[in-house]
Amino acid sequence: MKDVVIHVSDFCKHYGDVTAVDRISFDVYRGEIFGLLGPNGAGKTTTLESLEGLRSPDSGLLQVMGIDPVHQARKLRDRIGVQLQTSGMPDRIRVDEAMTLFCAYHGIAPRFDLLDRLGLSEKTSAQYQQLSAGLQRRLSLAVAIAHDPPVLFLDEPTAGLDVPSRVELHKLMRELQTEGTTIVLATHDMAEVEEITDRVAILLRGKIAATGSPLELTATGSGLTKVTVRTQGASLSDSNVTFRGVSKRVFREDYSIYYSTDVGPTVAAIIAHIEAQKDTLIDLRVERPSLEDRFLEIVGEGNSS
Amino acid sequence: MNAFVYHLGFEFRSSMRNRAKLVVNYLLPLGLYALMGPIMAPIIPGFRETMIPAMVGIAIMATTTLTLPEPLVTAREAGVFRSYKINGVPAFSILVIPAITTVIHTLGVAVIICVTAPLFFKAVLPANWPGFIVTVLVMVFACAGLGVLISVVSPSSQVALLMSNIVFIPSMVLSGMTGLPNSLLPAAIRKASQLLPATHGMNAFREISQGLSADFNPVGSLILLMISGVLSFILAIYLFNWDRHNATRRAHPLFGLMALLPYIVGMFLLS
Repeated sequence: MKDVVIHVSDFCKHYGDVTAVDRISFDVYRGEIFGLLGPNGAGKTTTLESLEGLRSPDSGLLQVMGIDPVHQARKLRDRIGVQLQTSGMPDRIRVDEAMTLFCAYHGIAPRFDLLDRLGLSEKTSAQYQQLSAGLQRRLSLAVAIAHDPPVLFLDEPTAGLDVPSRVELHKLMRELQTEGTTIVLATHDMAEVEEITDRVAILLRGKIAATGSPLELTATGSGLTKVTVRTQGASLSDSNVTFRGVSKRVFREDYSIYYSTDVGPTVAAIIAHIEAQKDTLIDLRVERPSLEDRFLEIVGEGNSS
Repeated sequence: MNAFVYHLGFEFRSSMRNRAKLVVNYLLPLGLYALMGPIMAPIIPGFRETMIPAMVGIAIMATTTLTLPEPLVTAREAGVFRSYKINGVPAFSILVIPAITTVIHTLGVAVIICVTAPLFFKAVLPANWPGFIVTVLVMVFACAGLGVLISVVSPSSQVALLMSNIVFIPSMVLSGMTGLPNSLLPAAIRKASQLLPATHGMNAFREISQGLSADFNPVGSLILLMISGVLSFILAIYLFNWDRHNATRRAHPLFGLMALLPYIVGMFLLS
């Protein structure tokens, strides 16, 4: 039986007349990387910050390792690590001072090894205000994991990071997961979610629109597979020609794009047609629906309802 | 405790790195001192007798009420307190440590004034040094509490600046720090000036430190300053908000006016 580390039940949060989060419920299990995905204003940050104890829920139950984040905030501090969306630190704090200061409040020795691991070893004397946005986020992450918290909350962790830093961060997240850390991240980045998370909740206007693993979510969509074809001749230019399983067809530049519910027969029929027309196939790509496609589908359904 | 001490050390180093803060902490009070010394000393009789406590009083008011609140408000607006909260930094440290750092800078300014004023302006040194030091410490404690409380109840740095000036400007004019004796003020204004910590500070300085006659009970002034300081810090911690977006608060910011309660009581008790 899976061990529930984070439990959210009927959680509601309002800001004046605006409902930021509307009766959402979900569980996160030990050692899982759980993603909160959604457009701006969907309620991701409010959910994370309520779990971190930075905001009080209006109603519902929130528990992190059995701890109430609002009323047992002190107990929670040493068990969670948090990288905020806007990681504010004093402008003039040096990198090594930030590590020492926050470790001191956690009652541990400074973890300078993490500065090496996150590529900050050459910046230890730099002040926070002198760091690039990416380095500021790395410092924030280093501080967040310094006390080896069993639960880690990351809000837009790769925002402002270059590609190598992003890859390094994902590697670090995998390592932390291997060591047993439960990670909850809020992000806009679909590729990141597909690559790194075990399960995802898609939030839309404060409600959970879908939940499951990235594979499960893409499988429950319309199921249309994209087949992109380019030929030397004009064998596919006739819009009256149809193929088995194709529900939608688009022309873009020199490419014919087919959306198919039955990809095998569709591809076979296209190739057979090209050969029959004595045309030459130049390029053929088959792409299964991505999480981004599914996400846009869900957002579209949400906006039209 | 280790964390508090390290935090204090960091805050002090950080304040030394901040040129703007150094300018305000040192140049503003010392500039006023350099400006007022040569003008006031020759023209106002008896100014030299109270010059050192008056200039130290101005330094205390400038560093605590004018310069202490704004960085705290800015830090809250920048989300620094949120980072502090998630890492277990208590509200007590967030509010008290900048106050201690400011007090250290203020004491530095006080030393400069005590050393130079007799040399440059023939200012009279305190007749009772322990009394002078106790009065400085009590006044700086009360004013630091007020500065911290202003930072907590101000929704923005602009409002903090406005509130600081509401305290600072009348203090300069009505407390006797600029050489205008309190006894020359109309009775109603003289009574109203007892709402200001600077008035009580100057009152205590006159008798306890300089051996002159006070306008009202100087020990009472010290007691009021002490009570108000304690009350200000307690109220600041009680009303403290981690986040400007966080709508939840324990009480309305106007609750902070409770810090004036000792002075209001003092208006009726001290004569």
